[in-house]
Amino acid sequence: MATDRIDIRHVARLARLALTEDEIATFGPQLGNLLTFVDELRELDTDNVAATAQVIPSRNVQRADALRPETMLSREAALQNAPQAQHGFFRVPRIIAEEG
Amino acid sequence: MTDPVRDSAIAIARAVNAREASAAEIAETMIPHVARADAELDAYLELTPELMRAHAARVDARIAAGETLPLAGVPLAIKDNMCVTGTTTTAGSKILEHFIAPYTATAVQRLLDAGALPIGKTNLDEFAMGSSGENSALKRTRNPYDHERVPGGSSAGSAAAVGGFEATVSLGSDTGGSIREPAAFCNAVGFKPTYGRVSRYGLIAFASSLDQIGPFARSVEDAALVYDVMGGHDPLDATSVDRPLEPSAPHLRDDLRGVRVGIVKEFATSDLGAEIDACYRQAYADLEALGAELVEVELPTAKYGLATYYLIAPAECSSNLARFDGVRYGLRVDAADVGEMYEATRAAGFGPEVKRRILIGTYALSSGYYDAYYVKAQKARTRIAEDFARAFERCDVIASPAASSPAFGFNAKTDPVAMYLMDYYTIPVSLAGLPSLSVPCGAVVPDGGSRPMPMGLQLATPLFTERALLGYAHAYERATRHADRLTPRTMEMEGSMSLRAPSGNRA
Repeated sequence: MATDRIDIRHVARLARLALTEDEIATFGPQLGNLLTFVDELRELDTDNVAATAQVIPSRNVQRADALRPETMLSREAALQNAPQAQHGFFRVPRIIAEEG
Repeated sequence: MTDPVRDSAIAIARAVNAREASAAEIAETMIPHVARADAELDAYLELTPELMRAHAARVDARIAAGETLPLAGVPLAIKDNMCVTGTTTTAGSKILEHFIAPYTATAVQRLLDAGALPIGKTNLDEFAMGSSGENSALKRTRNPYDHERVPGGSSAGSAAAVGGFEATVSLGSDTGGSIREPAAFCNAVGFKPTYGRVSRYGLIAFASSLDQIGPFARSVEDAALVYDVMGGHDPLDATSVDRPLEPSAPHLRDDLRGVRVGIVKEFATSDLGAEIDACYRQAYADLEALGAELVEVELPTAKYGLATYYLIAPAECSSNLARFDGVRYGLRVDAADVGEMYEATRAAGFGPEVKRRILIGTYALSSGYYDAYYVKAQKARTRIAEDFARAFERCDVIASPAASSPAFGFNAKTDPVAMYLMDYYTIPVSLAGLPSLSVPCGAVVPDGGSRPMPMGLQLATPLFTERALLGYAHAYERATRHADRLTPRTMEMEGSMSLRAPSGNRA
């Protein structure tokens, strides 16, 4: 059964998403049902079929390695929406733990 | 003088360019009208009257200096997943509730430069994920034709604003049907151009290989006008197509002689109920009466569209939404370390539908499942696109329903898969990247309802054939004029009997 295939806690960890017990109880079966639904793709023959990542013809887009002032944000504008900023930088909680 | 509430964009622009009306007068008419009407509809998350006045003054100055502007004085609503400098840009989410955009999306900028007046930012399903508008974390927008029913999603507010006469034109974004389905629900024309035709720079991404900005309007002519202004290559978007945009406006046609209209065998409408089936049969008969030849075409892989979409779109969403981590913008929930901060911020900031899609996308991309789900879906997309290409060897345009029902009541669909089925007809078209639109095609009284609700006819054509598509839709619209037969409730309340001026011919 599809519900049993998905370890919802593991997936939530990969997604950096904390879930409550209620959400785990809700999302687990819903995702299981959705997986059952998408399983119908198995019956579609895709041997020797190329994967389509973009439907229109695309090519690598390159530009000169030069500043484009018209699209650059000032430091002030870049920090305008920061939850916390200090001395012109984004401020975040400690990342590197103390030893021991 | 023009009536900015009821007139077409073409008529308004003509009047302003001819100095029969000023943009300032239009702004001063629309601002109180929208404030009053939106108390009922809740189409807008933010009204921007000062911005509208500032743009109106600029337009009037440019007209006085001798310029002619294609959208002079045209009231414009903008889906709130598009950045407009200085406006709150929320994507309908708590995680961006207080985000102020530091730049303006290219599509919006081109319309403003052409003389459009920004009324405000419209409500949407959170991060454009939904088929009803009910997934907005901030507001519930009502259907302008029955306030107890949904406006459709995800471009809920943009569709409701145009259908409810709170904007002349608006912008939406369509990933799997998010322009066409709400347009059908709200009696509007909703147009999704070929993927890559309109720049996505400044659009908050949901599923990058599918997202496309497009217009809502009350006529095909107005939709074509907006598209002609905002389409075309943008070096700021690497997926923007670098090929000339053929103006669609001069090629709007009056009949369908010599046009082969494909009716998809697998999209038979008899399962949709007798009244809906009759509505679409009449629409196909009307196309034939205009001179079109109806041909049956097959899309055997279309039935895999939903499954394909609900792997590809969540996979891309899980990747795109990884940027919302509480560091640089948006909500932050404080925690002892940065990992906990990420998890708590995203838990508090995202709503249930977004979480559901992030989880399924993360799963589909995770080690051990990537080939079985994500790559398989990408191959299925190839098969679907190939089916369309084969179908277009036999026809010029494919006609089908835009949605499987008219607008339904709030909370009517609680099962996610049942909700996803609403997009059955639009999703395969999106996976193939095709240009497509929904044009009003009649009305039915839905189960449990007492008022006739609008229906939409979806038309789709091969890649990069917007000009032909808009021409076909224009011919159908001119012959049938279904949109004119319904009056939104807010306008009934104002006692308006005659809502629409005759469609203006393009100068």
